Amino acid sequence: MLDRAGRGRSRCDYFVTMKSIANWALNTAEQRGASYADLRVVEERSRTLSTKSGRVGSATQSESLGIGIRVVANGAWGFAATDDLSRSSVEAAAARAVEIAKASARVKEADLKLAPEKAVQAEWASEMEKDPFATSVEQNIDLLLRVDAELRAVAGVTLAETNMNFRREEQWFYSSAGADIHQTKHTTGAGYAAYAFAGNEIQKRSYPTSFGGQWENRGYELIEEMKLVENARRVAEEAVALLKADQCPEGVFDLILDGSQLGLQIHESVGHPIELDRVLGMEANFAGTSFLTLDKLRKLRYGSELVNVVADARVEHGPGLGTFAYDDEGVEAQCVPIITNGLFTGYLSSRETAHTIGENRSGGMVRAESWNRLPMIRMTNVSIAPGEQPLRRTQLIADTDHAIEMETNKSWSIDDKRYNFQFSCEIGWEVKSGKRVRMLKNPSYSGITTEFWNSMDAICSRDEWVLWGIPNCGKGQPQQVMGTGHGASPARFRKIKIGSAYKGN
Amino acid sequence: MLTQDRAADIFARIRKHATADEVEVIFYGGKSALTRFANNVIHQNVAEENYGVSVRTVFSGKTARATTNRLDEDSLQRVVKASESLAKVQHPDSDLLSVPAAGGGARATQELPSRYFEATAAITPEARAEAVGKIVQRAKQHNLTAAGIFSMAESVDGIFNSRGLTAWHEQTSAEISITMLGSDSSGWQKANSPDVTRLDAAGLAERAANKAEQSAAPKEVPPGQYMVILEPSAVLDIVGFMFWDFGGMAVLDQRSFLNDRVGTRLFGDNIHIWDDVNHPLQSGSPFDGEGMLRQKVELVKNGVVERLVYARATAEKMKESEHSSKIGPIEATGHGFPLPNEMGEAPMNIVFAPAGSTRTIEEMVASTARGIYVTRLWYIREVDPYEKIVTGMTRDGTFLIEDGKIRHGLRNFRFNESLIKMLTNVEMMSEPVRASGEESFDMVVPAMKVKDFNFTEVTKF
Repeated sequence: MLDRAGRGRSRCDYFVTMKSIANWALNTAEQRGASYADLRVVEERSRTLSTKSGRVGSATQSESLGIGIRVVANGAWGFAATDDLSRSSVEAAAARAVEIAKASARVKEADLKLAPEKAVQAEWASEMEKDPFATSVEQNIDLLLRVDAELRAVAGVTLAETNMNFRREEQWFYSSAGADIHQTKHTTGAGYAAYAFAGNEIQKRSYPTSFGGQWENRGYELIEEMKLVENARRVAEEAVALLKADQCPEGVFDLILDGSQLGLQIHESVGHPIELDRVLGMEANFAGTSFLTLDKLRKLRYGSELVNVVADARVEHGPGLGTFAYDDEGVEAQCVPIITNGLFTGYLSSRETAHTIGENRSGGMVRAESWNRLPMIRMTNVSIAPGEQPLRRTQLIADTDHAIEMETNKSWSIDDKRYNFQFSCEIGWEVKSGKRVRMLKNPSYSGITTEFWNSMDAICSRDEWVLWGIPNCGKGQPQQVMGTGHGASPARFRKIKIGSAYKGN
Repeated sequence: MLTQDRAADIFARIRKHATADEVEVIFYGGKSALTRFANNVIHQNVAEENYGVSVRTVFSGKTARATTNRLDEDSLQRVVKASESLAKVQHPDSDLLSVPAAGGGARATQELPSRYFEATAAITPEARAEAVGKIVQRAKQHNLTAAGIFSMAESVDGIFNSRGLTAWHEQTSAEISITMLGSDSSGWQKANSPDVTRLDAAGLAERAANKAEQSAAPKEVPPGQYMVILEPSAVLDIVGFMFWDFGGMAVLDQRSFLNDRVGTRLFGDNIHIWDDVNHPLQSGSPFDGEGMLRQKVELVKNGVVERLVYARATAEKMKESEHSSKIGPIEATGHGFPLPNEMGEAPMNIVFAPAGSTRTIEEMVASTARGIYVTRLWYIREVDPYEKIVTGMTRDGTFLIEDGKIRHGLRNFRFNESLIKMLTNVEMMSEPVRASGEESFDMVVPAMKVKDFNFTEVTKF
């Protein structure tokens, strides 16, 4: 908890203060004609550290506090946010939200229908063993510089980058229906990359995965478990070795993906198309729509029998970036089956959209980036279930006659209905007769979402399953960046189009 | 809005709390509002006000930053302390320069035109709803469904430092983006300007609707290398992926596609690119993350990469490097990001300036025997960092051109195209316009007719 204007007061007084702020907003909204109102006061704190080739790149601490007020008036939405928590400012923001809702109502066809939700009073905090903010910056930088030194100890490495990020988010949610929910969440992330430039190419290897590494709703214990220093030498050596590796061939081959790449594949080709707001056309101008039209629910064969995907925000699923107790509409965290033995069985929904799929309760998947953004449907932890039979990655490879194996995402792209995708990875290997026979550079694969998932014929078991965190999912206008979780283990796909990213270039 | 006078007062209070050798404070924030519509109704509608300070302190070669949006006395004291505690435990950075002095090193090439427009700042929720109502009406006339946004913002950027440098910028911006959806087709248009009176909502809606109608019942043609005509937004979104490599630091780090290529002819000799914040169609503040004035820089001339942009420290480092004799003029150009950072700098106000005669898009179409007309490119990502191959999709209005005429809509393509190859194959360009997209920041770019553009796959719609 940061110091604040109410310094010196007891914790109880502080809650009284929050309650007063909430009442200013809720009373004003009601007086101005809102039929429903909710609000979130959010306080955030973050530490961002990075190094580049032996030096500290950035060292930043930041904090933010504000309130976002959401109302329904004349059957339509309005939202206003301010960084000023004084009474006059909060009341003005609430009045502005109502004014905006009334303007929204000038271009509507029907009144909003919100799925009923029982108002709860609750308190929740994500679990952690070591408060990351209690670790010293010296200690953090020392670890990053040790990784950096290991990376640069390998001849041929031309650039080394590391990062470590901590975030604390405390939120108070109140609604005109009587909800009063206080949640605190810690997020920790770290990762690094080695680059090798020679001749006319740049190669890169990252650990534990690319674009910022691994992130979870945990404390500093995550950093300690990642074995950052121990893996640095190997990762750097792979970056340099890629320069001399053979180019990934082009053609149709069997494909083995590591868990982190499969996590991103789920994110792009399951997680986004199941967002009900996309399906209903609400994101058509920016993120796009979805091929998963409402007629496909419980009819479409999304994948092979082995494909089982859930959207699970509950603590039982693990400390993912999509784990919480209540979403930003005050709906309890749930586990929704998305793909069941290959059959498409569920969407990500909200109080506003639940009725369109015949549900009388929201799936509880609504979140906002911060106090200044409108909550919207976001992926929680959209994860694929591990295989039930014991299967390690080494066994999967041993069981494979001929395939291209790929690891760690390098680029990702998918069309605006989420049919056609193309991914490239940092590193690949050709597998023949159960063994890796050569390293391959610039591996890529592409396909059509449902054809791809229907070709999955093996997935590794729980001991290879990791709940990966993607910290940078963008959606909405104004755009909101959100963290999502994706549990996955390595899997194999039959007859996939490989190598077309370099075709014609 | 946060005024410069109030910022000066806050800066004075921050200095009083600070014990560091040097202090630099960045001010940011503003008011913004966005009305969002889909399925012919307004479904999201938001407004926000937020201001913050970001304090960088320096103790003998060590620096760090702390940021807060809380401007009361206790919070200011705390943010200074946070910045100083973080700075003190850093390792000294031999590349770190003293903060720039007032007027030191920076020259303004010309007076920046005002980018603050009262008409934009005054847009109300009712006015946005009225404009959206007209867009929806237009959609209904065409039996289409409209989705999009109408947004406005007024914002401030400022820097004060302990050597007396003061820089302040206030501006407005307005944006309209419209997608018109038919049962098996769509059309899109987007525009952005500091001055809302320059945005033509009805015109954008009509063009988007026409695209949706004309691309109905799309046909499929096989992937391959095609002559393409790219609208300015498509050009903007794809070329934007290379400008991060035009900073000196990217070359020093050997992560740029310009490694060993500055001074060589990389593109066709019809390609000329400037960075010019003062251009009448450009937007944004005239100073960089240290308060240095942004200079006009000729990045590419006749297809040759002439020079890079530099933050102050990068310029010093480049002068000492092995590249110094073969990298073009080296000086601080006012393109640095706030310190400390890993990226260094990048040009943010790109202007394409075609030499010779320009052609209209209609002339480009009329001159094309067989080709593909592209409204918009989407989900663009880098496949190869040195050959600058990028992948992505076409979207919201893709057409077959035959015998100089647009024939019919096409199912959308995936491309994998090298930007080096693309900018070598430009056959015609239009007059540059201020273009808006979703993958890159706004630029002043022309439409382009490009041969042998590489489509590798077709999707299902």
